[in-house]
Amino acid sequence: MLLKVDDVRKTYARTRPVLNGVSLALDTGQTLALTGESGSGKSTLLNLVGALDGFEGGEITLDGTKLSGLGDAGRAVLRRDTVSLVFQQFNLIPSLTVAGNLSFHARLAGRDDPAWTATLTQRLGLADLLERYPENLSGGQQQRVAIGRAMAMRPRLLLADEPTGNLDETASAVVLDLMLSLVAETGAALLLVTHSQDIAARLDRQARLVGGRIA
Amino acid sequence: MNVKALVIFLVLPLTALAQGYAGLGGDATGFERPRPGYQFQFPRDHGAHPQFRIEWWYLTANLTGADGRDYGVQWTLFRSALKPSDQAGWQSPQIWMGHAALTTPDRHFFAERLSRGGTGQAGVTAQPFEAWIDEWHMRGADTDALTLAASAENFAYRLNLTATGPLVFHGDRGYSVKSADGQASYYYSQPAYSVQGVLSLPQGDVAVTGQGWLDREWSSQPLAADQSGWDWFSLSLEDGDKLMAFRLRGARGDFTSATWIEPDGQSTALNDGAVSFTPLQTASVATRDIPVRWRVEIPDRALDIEVQALMPDAWMGTRFEYWEGPVTVTGSHAGRGYLEMTGY
Amino acid sequence: MTGPVLQALLSHWRTHRLQVVTLLVGIALATGLWSAVQAINAEARASYARASQQLGLGQFEELRARSGFIALSRYVDLRRAGWQVAAVLDGRLYVGNRAVRVLGVDMLAYPALPALTETAPDQAPQDPAQMLTAPGRLVVAPALARLLQDRDDLPPRIPSDAIPADVILTDIGVAEVLLDRQGQISRLIVLPQQPIGRPPLDKIAPELVRHSPDRQVDTARLADSFHLNLSAFGLLAFAVGLFIVHGTVGLAFAQRRGMIRTLRAMGVPMRRLVWITLAELTAFALAGGLIGLVLGYLIAGALLPDVAVTLRGLYGAPVEGHLTLRPLWALTGIGMALAGTLGASGHALWRLSRMPLLSGPGLRAWGGNARARSMAAAAGVILILGGIASFAGTKGLIAGFGLLAAILTGAALLLPLVLSWVLSALSRRARHPVTQWVWADMQAQLPGLSLALMALLLALAANIGVGTMVSSFRLTFTGWLDQRLTSELYVTPTSQDQGAQMMEWLGPRADAVLPIRSTELPHRTGPLFLYGIVDDATYRNKWPLIASGPDVWDRVHAGRAVLINEQLARRADLWPGDSLTLSGDHDLPIAGVYSDYGNPTGQAIVSMQRLDQIAPGTPTRRIGVRIDPAQAANLSRDLQDRFELPPGAVVHLSTMKAQSLAIFDQTFVVTSALNVLTLGVAGFAILTSLLTLWTQRLPQVAPLWGLGLTRSHIAGLEVLRSVLLATLTAALALPLGLVLAWLLLNVINVRAFGWSIPMTVFPADWLRLLVLTVLAAGAAAAIPAWRLRRLPPADLLRVFASER
Ligand SMILES: Nc1ncnc2c1ncn2[C@@H]1O[C@H](COP(=O)(O)OP(=O)(O)O)[C@@H](O)[C@H]1O
Ligand SMILES: [Mg+2]
Repeated sequence: MLLKVDDVRKTYARTRPVLNGVSLALDTGQTLALTGESGSGKSTLLNLVGALDGFEGGEITLDGTKLSGLGDAGRAVLRRDTVSLVFQQFNLIPSLTVAGNLSFHARLAGRDDPAWTATLTQRLGLADLLERYPENLSGGQQQRVAIGRAMAMRPRLLLADEPTGNLDETASAVVLDLMLSLVAETGAALLLVTHSQDIAARLDRQARLVGGRIA
Repeated sequence: MNVKALVIFLVLPLTALAQGYAGLGGDATGFERPRPGYQFQFPRDHGAHPQFRIEWWYLTANLTGADGRDYGVQWTLFRSALKPSDQAGWQSPQIWMGHAALTTPDRHFFAERLSRGGTGQAGVTAQPFEAWIDEWHMRGADTDALTLAASAENFAYRLNLTATGPLVFHGDRGYSVKSADGQASYYYSQPAYSVQGVLSLPQGDVAVTGQGWLDREWSSQPLAADQSGWDWFSLSLEDGDKLMAFRLRGARGDFTSATWIEPDGQSTALNDGAVSFTPLQTASVATRDIPVRWRVEIPDRALDIEVQALMPDAWMGTRFEYWEGPVTVTGSHAGRGYLEMTGY
Repeated sequence: MTGPVLQALLSHWRTHRLQVVTLLVGIALATGLWSAVQAINAEARASYARASQQLGLGQFEELRARSGFIALSRYVDLRRAGWQVAAVLDGRLYVGNRAVRVLGVDMLAYPALPALTETAPDQAPQDPAQMLTAPGRLVVAPALARLLQDRDDLPPRIPSDAIPADVILTDIGVAEVLLDRQGQISRLIVLPQQPIGRPPLDKIAPELVRHSPDRQVDTARLADSFHLNLSAFGLLAFAVGLFIVHGTVGLAFAQRRGMIRTLRAMGVPMRRLVWITLAELTAFALAGGLIGLVLGYLIAGALLPDVAVTLRGLYGAPVEGHLTLRPLWALTGIGMALAGTLGASGHALWRLSRMPLLSGPGLRAWGGNARARSMAAAAGVILILGGIASFAGTKGLIAGFGLLAAILTGAALLLPLVLSWVLSALSRRARHPVTQWVWADMQAQLPGLSLALMALLLALAANIGVGTMVSSFRLTFTGWLDQRLTSELYVTPTSQDQGAQMMEWLGPRADAVLPIRSTELPHRTGPLFLYGIVDDATYRNKWPLIASGPDVWDRVHAGRAVLINEQLARRADLWPGDSLTLSGDHDLPIAGVYSDYGNPTGQAIVSMQRLDQIAPGTPTRRIGVRIDPAQAANLSRDLQDRFELPPGAVVHLSTMKAQSLAIFDQTFVVTSALNVLTLGVAGFAILTSLLTLWTQRLPQVAPLWGLGLTRSHIAGLEVLRSVLLATLTAALALPLGLVLAWLLLNVINVRAFGWSIPMTVFPADWLRLLVLTVLAAGAAAAIPAWRLRRLPPADLLRVFASER
C-alpha cells in the first residue's frame, strides 16, 4: 500500500478537532477524490499526507515510511523524493523562469530527465513560455507549469488541492485532463481535493469528509 | 565689572577709584614723600622723580584767535609709578599718560595717550627740557622758551611759549599741603607765558595769541583718604595779578589753599579758609551736575568774583574723567583763567 | 472625509510597527550624524570667532617686519612720529608636549581686550601693578590654568572663561621674558584712531609692511579644509541614512497601494491622499529629526574633545572641548530631516500620485527593473564623467570634494547593474537547482536590496579609502619621523644666554650639538618659519627630501641656497631651480624640497650664517644633541642638574616620537569614529531592507519548503544570500575605496594641507573589513532567518491555501 491513513486526528490550537479519526488507503496507480464542505478539513488532511504538517494521533504511512515519527528533515526528504504537490495558489518560484520551475523539483530529487521534461513541456503546451517568469503567465498557464513541475520528478504520489479552483471552466478542463492523463501514464497515485462533484466523478474513487471523518 | 571700569582700573593706580579721587589718596608705601623745606634744584627738578608715585606737567592757555574768538588749550603729561623704581623697556613700572584738549566757545576736543616709561615712548628730560608722549611734546632749551604740540584725530595745536616772569612756589616754598592731616605735594608754577601759535580745527587753522600757565607737581599721596575731588582755579586778572586757588572736598569738610601772585612774581600763600568757593549754577555734563559758574571770594584781598565757564561742556571723557576748561572772570576783578573740577 | 481616510492610511503603521521603527531610525541616524558634524563645526567656528573677538585678532591693520620681528626702537620711532600702534609679541610655549600660544600685548595700548574684563567672577579684581610689573600675570582658560598648576617657574595665572584654550594672554613685558625675546615685537596693530598730520610709513619705517585684516592668515581659514572634510563625512552619513528612509517609505507605499486604490474607488480624490501622505511624512520627519538632534548632540559631545585636540595639533586652532546648544543648529537639523525625508520619499510619492485607478496590484515588477538598472547606471556614468570634467576645470579643494562625491554617487548608481551582471554570470555557471535558485533569487531581490547595498558600498568604500589614507599617512609619517627626528636628545633652553652656555657645555660631551634656531617671516603665502642649521652629517644623511637639485647640502651649507618644505613649495609653486625671496633683498635659489607633515605653515631652511644675515638675533629654540643612545639618559640627567631645567626641557628621541605619533593618532580618532558610524548605518540599512522584504519573502520561499527543503536549510540560504550580496558589494567597494584613497592622498591632501603622501595598500585591513561586513550582513539576515526557522508550518501552508 503506497499510502495508508489510519485514525488520524488533527487539532489546531484551541479549536475542536478538524480531523477526528480519519482513515483511508491509496495504492499506486489509484486516484482518489476527496470532497467535503468548505472548512471540513480536506486541505488539512492533504497537508498531513504531503508531510507538510504534523498530527496528534493515528498514523500515516507513506511508501512504507511512518510520518508520525519524522522530524523536519525526514519530512523534507519525503516531499523532495516521493510526493508532489499542486495547489490552488500555483506556488511557483517567482525568481525562476518557467523552464527553471519545471525542472526544479526533479533536479532537487536527483531525477532530472530532460527528455521527460521536454515531453511534459510539449504536452502541457509550455514550449513558448519557457523563458518567461511566473508573474507573466495566466492562471491556467501557471497551473500547467505547476503540474509540469510536479510530474517532472515522477512522484509516487501526486497531491492536488483544488488545482482548478482559481481557473475558468475551459482552463479547468484542460488542466484536469492533463493531470489525469499524466498520472495515468506515470503510474503515480493521485489524491485530489475538490468540492466539485463533476471533477470527483472522473476519479477512480471518492471519499467525503464530514465531521472530521470519512463518511 | 564692566569693560570700562576694568580698563580704567588697569591703567593707573591713579585711577583706582576705591580710595579718593583717582587713587591719589592711596597707599604710598615704598615711595618717597614730600618734605617741608625742600631745596628745589633746576633744571633737575623740571625732570621726572620716579621715586614719587605721581607727577605732572600741566599746561593751560587762554588764547584769542585771529578770528576774535576765545580758545582754551590744555596739555598735560602725567606720570604714575607702579613701583618706586625704573627699568628699561616694557619692564618699566612707570606709566605715562598724556591729555590734550582744545576748547572753543562751542566745542571741546580732547585726546589721551598712554605709554610705559623705559621704552622712550614717553618721558621727561630736564636739560634740554622735553616732556613728551608719542609725538606730543613740550620742549625747549629750558622752561622759559617752549614749543608745545599735540595732535589727535580731529584737532591739533602747535604753540610757542615764552616766560615773562619767574617760577612761583606754592604753599611753603613749594611744599603744598593738601589736607588737615598733612598730605602734601611739591608744587610750583610758571604762571606767566606769553603764547602764540596755530590751532588746527576741523574748519581750518586759526592763528592765536594769549597767556599760558604751567603747573608742576609731584607727590606720593597728595590727598587724604576721605578727599573725593577738587575744584582748582588758575586765574590771570587784568590788573596783572594772578591767583591759584583750590578746594579739596572731603567727607570731613573742605580744605582750601591759594597763592596770590603779584605782577612781578611775588607770591603770598593763603591758608585753609582764606578763600571761599560757592557754586552758583550747574550744568548737566556727562550725566552729572557740574558747577559751571562760581563765586570766589577772598575778603582779605577785596576779591569777589564770578567765574564762568567759556564752554560748559568741557568734559574730559578720558580713562578717568574730569572737567577742565577756560573760564572768564567778572566782578570785583576781570580776567581769564582755567578751571579744573574732579570727583563729580 | 479626512478623518476616516487618515484612519485607514494610518492603520498600516499599526500593523507594520517595524516599518515605523525603521523609518524613524533612518531619519534619526541621517539627521543625527549630519547634525553632529554641524554641531562640531559650529562649535569650532564659534571658538575661532570668540578667540579673535576676545583677543582682538584679525580686526585691525597690522605692521610686520620682513626680518621677522620689529625692534622696540622702531615702535618708539613710529609712536614719536604720531603713529598710533600697539605692540604684540606672539610666540609659542611648550607645556609638556602641548604647544601653547603666548599672546603678549601692550596692555596699555591694545585696542580690544574684552577677555580681560571677563575674568572668573569669584576672582578679585586684578591689581594693574601686578599685571604690568614683574613677574606679571598670565590670563588663561581655566583648563589650561589647571594644567599649569605645578609650573612654579611661570608667573601666577588668572583663570578666565573668555580666553580660548591654549592661549596665554599677558602683558608684552611678561611675554618677552617668558619667550626670551626681549625687545622684540612680532607685529604692530594700527589703532583705529590716528592723529591728523601723521607722516607716511615709508618716511619712518620703510622696512615694515602693512597687512590689512583680510590678508592675515588666520587659523579659522587654515582649519577650513578640516571642516570641509568633516562636512563631507556628515553628508555621506546623511545620504546613507536616507537610503534607509527611501527604502522603507517605498515599501510602505507599495504595500498601501491596494488600500489607496480602494479609497479612490470610494471617491477620495488623489490630491487629498497625496496631501495626507505628505503630512504623515512630515510628522515622521519631525519625530525622527528630533530623535536625530538628541543623537547628534550626544555624538558631537562625544567627538568634540577629539576634534579639539586635532585642530589644536594640526593647526594650533583654539577649540573648546565643550558643546553649546544653538537654536539655529536645531532648526537646521529639523530642516535637514524634513528635506531629507521628503526628498527620499519624493519618488514613492510621485509614483503614488501617478498610479492609475485600475491596474494589477503587483508589489514590484520582477522583469521591469532591468530598465531602471540601466538608467541608474547611465546616470552614474554621467555623474562620474561630470565630476572628472568639473574637477579638471577648476582643480580646487571644493572641486576635489565634488569629484569624490561624484565618483562615490556614480559608483553607487552603477552598483545594481554591475551586481546583476555578476549574478547572472554566476547563475549561468550554477549546476545545482538550489544554487541556481539562490542566484536567481538574489537577482530578483536586487531592486529591494540595492539601496541598502549602495549604502554599504559607500560606507565600505569610505572605510577603505579613508583607512588607506590614514594608514598610508601613518606609515609615511613614521618613516618621516625617523628621518626628521635624529638627535638622541632635544633640549629647550629657558633663555638665550642659557642656550649659549648649554652649547658650550655640551660641546665636549656630545657627538654633535645641533642648535635649532628659527624666526617667523612674512611671505606672500602667509607666515613662513625660517630655520638655521649647522653642517652635520645627520642632516645630509637623513633629511627627508622629496625633490632636490644638484649638491643640495653643499649649496645650503655654503649659504648659497635654501630648502623649503612641501607646503610652501606647493602653495607658492616653487621647486628646485626657482628662488625664494626672503626679507626683501635676500633672494636664494631653492636647492630642495622636504616633506613636513602636520605643519600648516610654510618653512625654509638655510645655513646658520645665512640666518644671521637675514634675521640677526634669531633665538635658539631648541638644541638637538647627538650622542651614543646608551649615554643619553646620563647626559640628560647631568644637563638637567647643571642648568636646573624644568621638567620637559630635555626630551628623549623615543619620547618625542611617541608623542608625535600619539598626536597623529589622536588626529584621526574622529575620522575613524565617523567611519565606524557610517558602516554601522549601512549595516542597519541592510537589516531594515531585509526586515521589510521579509513580508514578501514568505510566498517566495514557501514553495521551496513545499518541494522538500527544510526550514533551517532555507534559513541558512537566507543568511548566505545576505552575506554573498554583502561580499560582492565589498569586492566592488575595494577598487572604489582605492580610487577614493588615491584621491584623498593626491588631490584632497595636497589641496587641504599642502602635502601629498605615497599610497600604500593594507590588505590585512581589507580582510578585517570584509570579515566585519560579512558579520554585519550575516547578523542583519540572522533575524529574519531565525524567524523563518521558527515559523510554524501552518504559516507556510497558508501561502498555499486559497484563503490567502
Ligand atoms: N493554520 C490553522 N490554524 C487554525 N485553524 C486552521 C488552520 N488551518 C485550517 N484551520 C481550520 O481548520 C478547518 C479545516 O480547514 P481546511 O482543511 O483548510 O478546510 P477545507 O480545505 O476543507 O476547506 C477550518 O475550520 C479552518 O478554519
Ligand atoms: Mg481547502
